[in-house]
Amino acid sequence: MTAPVEGADTRAPIESADAAVPDKGAGATAPGRPVRRWQGAAAFTAVAVLALVVAPLLLEPFRLGLLAKYLCYAIVALGIGLAWGQGGMLTLGQGVFFGLGGYAMGMYLKLNDAGGDLPDFMVWSGVEELPALWKPFGNPVFALTMVVVLPVAVALLLGTLVFRQRVRGAYFAILTQALAAALVILLVGQQGLTGGTNGLTNFFDFFGRDVAADETQRGLYLLVAVVLGVLYLGARQLVRSRFGRLLLAVRDGEDRVRFLGYNPATVKTLTFAVSAGMAGIAGALFVPVVGIISPALLGVVPSLELVVAVAVGGRFALAGAVLGAVVMGYARTYFSEELPDAWLYLQGALFVLVMTLAPKGIAGLAAGLVRRREARA
Amino acid sequence: MTDTLLEIRSLEVAFGGFRAIDGVDLTVGRGELRFLIGPNGAGKTTLIDVITGLTKPTGGSVRFEGHDLVGRREHEIVRLGVGRTFQTSVVFEELTVLENLDLAASFRRPLWSLLRRRRVVSEEVTAALETTGLAALAGSKAGVLSHGQRQWLEIGMLIVQRPRLLLLDEPVAGMSSGERERTGELLTEVARDHTVIVVEHDMDFLRRYASQVTVLHEGKVLTEGSVDQVRADPRVQEIYLGRAREGAEDAVR
Amino acid sequence: MEGVLNQLPIGLSIGAVLLLIALGLTFTFGQMGVINMAHGEFIMAGAYTAYLLQGVGFLIALPAAFVVAGVMGLILERTLIRRFYGRPLDTLLLTWGVSLMLQQLARDLFGAPNVQVASPAWLRGGIGILPYNRLFIMALAAASVLAIWAYMNRTGQGRRMRAVMQNRRLAATSGIDTGRVDQRTFFIGSGLAGVAGVALTLIGPVGPTLGTYYIVDAFLVVVAGGLGQLRGAVLAAAGLGLLNSYAEFWSDASLAKVVVFVAIIGFLQIRPQGLFFVRSRALT
Repeated sequence: MTAPVEGADTRAPIESADAAVPDKGAGATAPGRPVRRWQGAAAFTAVAVLALVVAPLLLEPFRLGLLAKYLCYAIVALGIGLAWGQGGMLTLGQGVFFGLGGYAMGMYLKLNDAGGDLPDFMVWSGVEELPALWKPFGNPVFALTMVVVLPVAVALLLGTLVFRQRVRGAYFAILTQALAAALVILLVGQQGLTGGTNGLTNFFDFFGRDVAADETQRGLYLLVAVVLGVLYLGARQLVRSRFGRLLLAVRDGEDRVRFLGYNPATVKTLTFAVSAGMAGIAGALFVPVVGIISPALLGVVPSLELVVAVAVGGRFALAGAVLGAVVMGYARTYFSEELPDAWLYLQGALFVLVMTLAPKGIAGLAAGLVRRREARA
Repeated sequence: MTDTLLEIRSLEVAFGGFRAIDGVDLTVGRGELRFLIGPNGAGKTTLIDVITGLTKPTGGSVRFEGHDLVGRREHEIVRLGVGRTFQTSVVFEELTVLENLDLAASFRRPLWSLLRRRRVVSEEVTAALETTGLAALAGSKAGVLSHGQRQWLEIGMLIVQRPRLLLLDEPVAGMSSGERERTGELLTEVARDHTVIVVEHDMDFLRRYASQVTVLHEGKVLTEGSVDQVRADPRVQEIYLGRAREGAEDAVR
Repeated sequence: MEGVLNQLPIGLSIGAVLLLIALGLTFTFGQMGVINMAHGEFIMAGAYTAYLLQGVGFLIALPAAFVVAGVMGLILERTLIRRFYGRPLDTLLLTWGVSLMLQQLARDLFGAPNVQVASPAWLRGGIGILPYNRLFIMALAAASVLAIWAYMNRTGQGRRMRAVMQNRRLAATSGIDTGRVDQRTFFIGSGLAGVAGVALTLIGPVGPTLGTYYIVDAFLVVVAGGLGQLRGAVLAAAGLGLLNSYAEFWSDASLAKVVVFVAIIGFLQIRPQGLFFVRSRALT
């Protein structure tokens, strides 16, 4: 009901390159398409080489660490692009899933560093015995499983309860935002269990390596980049599959989809869970890369910021979502270093401008340019 | 009636204090082509809404092949074999004609199998493209279709679902005469191997294609029978004459 | 036992503030399909108005805050939101941008630290467990609801407002200037947020992010009360305020919001469209 249906060009070419009619009527769509598919693969390869070879060679460790952080956000953005851009579910609570993944990883690292003792912050808070909630997270396999299982489980539960009742659109957005707000207050309040406002930080060992060493950080950067690439390809496959068509149909006419015999609630819940899983993985990677997970990183504001990054990049294209997260990450770092006072004005003004002038974001503008050039040729 | 497909008994629907349907009984046999007519507010669309689960009745029963449809959710009713179109056609504008049909045809597949990309066009989708005359537009986005083409696409999406009962809500409303002609042919073709209920205002269309007619009036069944019987019924003349003389005279002539 | 009773005025006064905030949200959402995240900053603007008018008189601050916040809302509606009617998700993001800018503006104007507004002497003290300041907030909300009810049901403007809310197109073709009606609704709704801001100065400090603490809960009132429903908003606000204060009292302040969230999700299992809603046949 709320997703815009504006003409025939709301998706960037990278996603609309499908729609083949192999046996008949192919004449109408064939010209140009093999070229586009080839272009898409070439662009992906070029970006991959840039990210995996060029960036680690050129960037100094500090800058590479920043890029790794932005790529973590890009993974969350990919999930938002899937849920919001493709599925019409504006989720303002991705920080919750990011946090669940991050805390699961953080708890393991804390316990690993403590080596059988209590984690440092618990000692400071006067906790005397390791809480039962923490115990299983000493096992790396359990912790890494929880990185995905926890967010997916919460999303499945929330999605089932909410979508089944046909609560959607703005109501869904408000509920996810309320969840983010509630989680932050919970994390801050349970000082002894969660580290409170400070969160979990001061990590030393990451699976046998010094987490702060340049070598480890470079390896982590590569890991993040590869995970992002794999998840991007997976998400693209999903979008191009029949399920992806169904998801678009649910976005544009949920009630009509029911009369095709599908249950939109199932489609939405599953997609929401996938996006939550992505955010969880991103949170887990974020912890060793940045060295902290805290409530300030996953509340209402960071969750909204990522949604806006997706809007800036272009919500209807998965590549746009990824691009938006990286661009906004750099912008934030640059401006808050150079013009700390102006950053909030700039950020606010940017949203207003993007929403009014370019609702399809950078990807939409780029797609428009490509079309114009093709039309001229 | 040899073989009953749909059986509605003492159905009641109230919106607030207004009784949109007030004790309707309706039986439709397998293979029938049934027209539902009646003046505005007679409860025709509401009746279809109840059969397809969009509106919950306040009383009565709707049985389809032995299943009680009341209380079931929309997609479950579709899965039992009841399909419908809407007055204002709703197709997925961002998807191509082919994708629209393919999506409609795939609803019985398990959800995980939808994760694979579609490689070929299934036979039934190809057949539906032919039947609806939309083969040349298969690769176009549904958003560019004309009003008539959208209605045909919707009917095509119904056919590929192989429902045992089709409900068409005013399929020719707002169509040009050429489009009506084409829709009529399509309807005749579909009715050959499906059970169809058509809600229609257009009397000309009714005269040409209808066999069995049920007349609804103020939420009740006024009369039932062949086109000629219904036309001859003085009460039918009364409600149409009483409402709008000119159109109605034309209607019952 | 006394503790339990003490929570009652706390919960009800929080509910009263939420109600004042939620009224504007539910009407702008119901009438124009607009989710206004900058609504929280209208609260903040109202509170700072009271801060600036300290000494002039508390009762003057109320209408002043109403006008200040109302005019801010009107400007926002005219310049930006008007282009986004019926696109709630887009307005949500757009107005969040506005909200960020207004927060920064407040920081630049009044400084980042919180400021305290001195309550007028006649609102200090109380009767038994009922502090005057909380009683006053409840009375303020009650008076506002009565005024809104009278406006909607007893004036021509209010009738036109209800007409636009129920069917915008029909209202427009019946000769109602929907643009004017929208402006009035926005002015009144935003103004009430300003009044809520003044009320909040009675129970706590004022800061640039004041609005962000209440906006999420106020939206939950809209969700639970039903869109554009006056009595729904009243009941939902009172319920949410009480639930909040008692959850804090019985469990733990940090768990209260989780309890409220779970309660709302549970409530939606019974009443997915909120307490009250208009039944419609449209396939949206």
